[in-house]
Amino acid sequence: MIGYAMLVPAVGALLVGLVGWLTGEDEETGGNDKREAVTIVATLVTFGIVAGKILPAVLDGARPAWTLFEVVPGVPLAFEVEPLGMLFALVASGLWIPTSIYAFGYMRGHHEHNQTRFFVCFAAAIFAALGIAFAANLFTLFLFYEVLTFSTYPLVTHEGSEKAMKAGRVYLGILVFTSVTFLLFAIIWTYQLTGTLDFTDGGILAGKVGSGQATILLALFAFGTGKAALMPFHRWLPNAMVAPTPVSALLHAVAVVKAGVFTVLKVIIYIFGLDFLTVTGAAEWLCWVAAFTLLSSSIIALTKDNLKARLAYSTVSQLSYIVLGAALATTAGALGGGMHIAMHAMGKITLFFCAGSIIVFAHKTEVSQMDGLGRRMPLTMAAFFLGSMSIIGLPPMGGSWSKWYLALGAAEADHVIFVFVLMASSLLSIGYLMPVVGRAFFLPPKPWVDDHGHEHAPQTTRSEGHWTCTVPLCATAVGCILLFFFGTEVRELLLPIFGPTSAMVESIR
Amino acid sequence: MEAPTPHEVEVVHRTLTDHLPILQVIIPLLAAPLCVLLRERALVRGMAIGVAWTCLAISVTLLQHVMEHGVISYAVGGWDAPFGIEYRIDLLNAYILVVVSAIAAVVFPFGRGGEGLALNPARVHLFYAALLLCLCGLLGMAATGDAFNIFVFLEISSLASYSLIALGRGRRALRAAYSYLVMGTIGGTFFLIGIGLLYQTTGTLNIVDLHDRLQPVIGSRTVVVAFAFLVVGLGIKLALFPLHQWLPNAYTHAPAKISAFLAATATKVGFYVLLRVLFTIFGATFVFTTLRLHNLLLPMSLAAMFVGSLAAIAQTDIKRLLAYSSIAQIGYMTLGVSMGNVDGLAGGIVHLFNHAMMKGGLFLVVACVVLRTGSAKIDDMAGLGRKMPLTMAAFVVGGLSLIGVPATVGFVSKWYLVKGALERGWEPVALLILLSSLLAVIYVWRVLEVIYFRERPEGAKEVGEVDATMLIPTWILIGAAVFFGLRAELTSQVALDTARMLLGTGL
Repeated sequence: MIGYAMLVPAVGALLVGLVGWLTGEDEETGGNDKREAVTIVATLVTFGIVAGKILPAVLDGARPAWTLFEVVPGVPLAFEVEPLGMLFALVASGLWIPTSIYAFGYMRGHHEHNQTRFFVCFAAAIFAALGIAFAANLFTLFLFYEVLTFSTYPLVTHEGSEKAMKAGRVYLGILVFTSVTFLLFAIIWTYQLTGTLDFTDGGILAGKVGSGQATILLALFAFGTGKAALMPFHRWLPNAMVAPTPVSALLHAVAVVKAGVFTVLKVIIYIFGLDFLTVTGAAEWLCWVAAFTLLSSSIIALTKDNLKARLAYSTVSQLSYIVLGAALATTAGALGGGMHIAMHAMGKITLFFCAGSIIVFAHKTEVSQMDGLGRRMPLTMAAFFLGSMSIIGLPPMGGSWSKWYLALGAAEADHVIFVFVLMASSLLSIGYLMPVVGRAFFLPPKPWVDDHGHEHAPQTTRSEGHWTCTVPLCATAVGCILLFFFGTEVRELLLPIFGPTSAMVESIR
Repeated sequence: MEAPTPHEVEVVHRTLTDHLPILQVIIPLLAAPLCVLLRERALVRGMAIGVAWTCLAISVTLLQHVMEHGVISYAVGGWDAPFGIEYRIDLLNAYILVVVSAIAAVVFPFGRGGEGLALNPARVHLFYAALLLCLCGLLGMAATGDAFNIFVFLEISSLASYSLIALGRGRRALRAAYSYLVMGTIGGTFFLIGIGLLYQTTGTLNIVDLHDRLQPVIGSRTVVVAFAFLVVGLGIKLALFPLHQWLPNAYTHAPAKISAFLAATATKVGFYVLLRVLFTIFGATFVFTTLRLHNLLLPMSLAAMFVGSLAAIAQTDIKRLLAYSSIAQIGYMTLGVSMGNVDGLAGGIVHLFNHAMMKGGLFLVVACVVLRTGSAKIDDMAGLGRKMPLTMAAFVVGGLSLIGVPATVGFVSKWYLVKGALERGWEPVALLILLSSLLAVIYVWRVLEVIYFRERPEGAKEVGEVDATMLIPTWILIGAAVFFGLRAELTSQVALDTARMLLGTGL
């Protein structure tokens, strides 16, 4: 089953490329119905397998596994679905559906070129994300981590302009530099120390390394996972915003960045082990780095007028919530971090969908231009409001659950200060998200000045944009609310990662 | 009837299979003059390809035999070692023979006849004669177990490669060939002096015999001097930094197909002979404990990795870029040797194979480009991503392999080298290995940006995709770089076994 789930996006990518090549690009509409049909079938089948076949097995307590072959002696290319990976796979493949529909409208509306390449790379990126989610050992994870980096590079540089190329260099530079120098080093070192790279309940490092070595190793892992965007290796993410908005939405709010924090969570839970980290205190410093990233990027977000840049820094901040949750090395913290993967994904993808619609259909990129936009695009801005609420962590939105557990984790670790950090950052996120909603709904529309200095009267008639864009963003906004009511289910899915009989688990139940 | 003695059994029952070690070398040697006699272009080309494929079949058979039954010893002309010349095939050289003949089997059919060589069609047969001689020399160096015989084949292959390089376009090819001739001759002479000194001391030329007879006198001045001559001579041959100056010019000005063949084989065989000298003749204990060679080899390897890669970043010619990259990659191999442990040495040995795949493939891509655009300037590759999509995709994969992305062979080499460095307790070296692979990102990406993001300039020559005779060999090598990156247990097991053998008893 794992094989099929991963095969579908891979074959999908090839088919999309083949169909796109055979039918040719339609320069008039910028779209291609046949190619889009292949894409949408691939998304549905992938999600169908992940949610319909693999999820029930995992909920029954099974861990479906698939081992292909040994790449170097002792290190196989192997997959195993554990709850955390299950959640990540669900999020990535599930959100691929609305994003694809959204992308059809967006790419046509924006008259983007090279759409075949775009959809091919998109499917390849989902393939890589699933590979990361299902990886049974660090090597397999690293392999797909790099596949994800290189398959998203053409998406970041999609525009082909000098600016896009520069952003692409930063993107590739930081992600490859961190992963090759630190992450790979840490992986080989771990192998050298323990003789295995398998993700194992309770970790593999306990008893093999002292606390000093564990601290260095954790630093190599945490900073090596550039996709987790810990400062000072976060700059690739704002740079990646030059990509078309569907890419920012699914990849740079969900698949790529979540692959990063997912890697950190996996390493902390299955390589180090929470108990080992608690005993050695090797993750203590990581809490502080995460807290710093979390606060400072929230503050930077406040200063950004460009909406996508603001959202990007918000993502940097929210990713550090997850890293903080993992670094606290408590059950509630790790649980909150895991849940936040899903909760933040749903909220942030909504916000990016809205931002993209605003760019394509209202031609506005800066927050200061958005006065009165609520009259023109009420649904879009309402969705933006719901997404913002979830990011801030207010009920009845999914985001409130994960923040609850993160705060609980901080309290459990006797680090009350981090509870305040989390609260402060939530306040800051009100500060950078709510003005967008406030301007849109409560301020009168401003006349706008075009590039030639001519002043135009503001458009006040309702025009939401193409339905392919509006429907997905409404769906994910509703998803934010639904996640609030299904919070328990998400938690129950994740709990087995701490082992069935852990006393710490009982304390949460 | 009396039972025959074992010796007689061997003589009586010799079949064609027993002669494989020598056939490997003899077939290309005999085919070379045949080329000159036949002259007919198609015929000569067909014969050369046939010879290369036969050699590949033989070497694969030999490797299988060695893996199952152990070392093969073949006495040339029936004169037993140590007096006669012995061809001795163990795991290491069986592996090298496969690499060399596999590259030959893929590269020889590349392109139709003299296409892209800017060669007078009437002289194509001479080209193939030289190519076969070069192959014969390389295979001979690998197969023989006699030190002087190595020198003979070294010269055969070198002389053939000087003439092949001189076939390149323009006068600069002649100069490159000439300076390679000078450097190569110095290297060859040093090697010969080293062997002479050893012969003077021990009275034998057989490698295994040399090892045994050297043990009582191993610390003597003559032996140490011989060692120095051998290592420096081979250092020139395999372009070990700082003895690499001949290489960039030679690879840049040679016809691209020849660059592909030489880059993938010539330095590799030089590296093999270095391993033989270090581990089989002198032995790991002497080299690493008495002489502490790693104190010299480690900094030179690191310098090669960084100087080579940095120089590659600065190049404007794609062939020169790949040539400098080769110098860096040779640094990886010698770095593995300098670690003196199983993982490191295995990393060096597996990189020999891996680098042959990817660099051979990349040079073939360049050969395709040169054929279509008539230029090897990086700037002239602008916009080729759309014009030659399949060829350029091969460049992308080959480039990723040079960087060492997982699922390519480059990653496997890096894996073992870093592991070896960590095992040795050389954490900074491990970090430097990883850092140097980032330099590869820069020089590969510079080219990729030109290929994919720059438009083809106005008025540039109209170019199209190359034909199957070029695409297939290119993609075989590039495909192998991915296949053996995923199924690396196949190659790394051989490399690990070889490394254990070399570090263990010496043979």
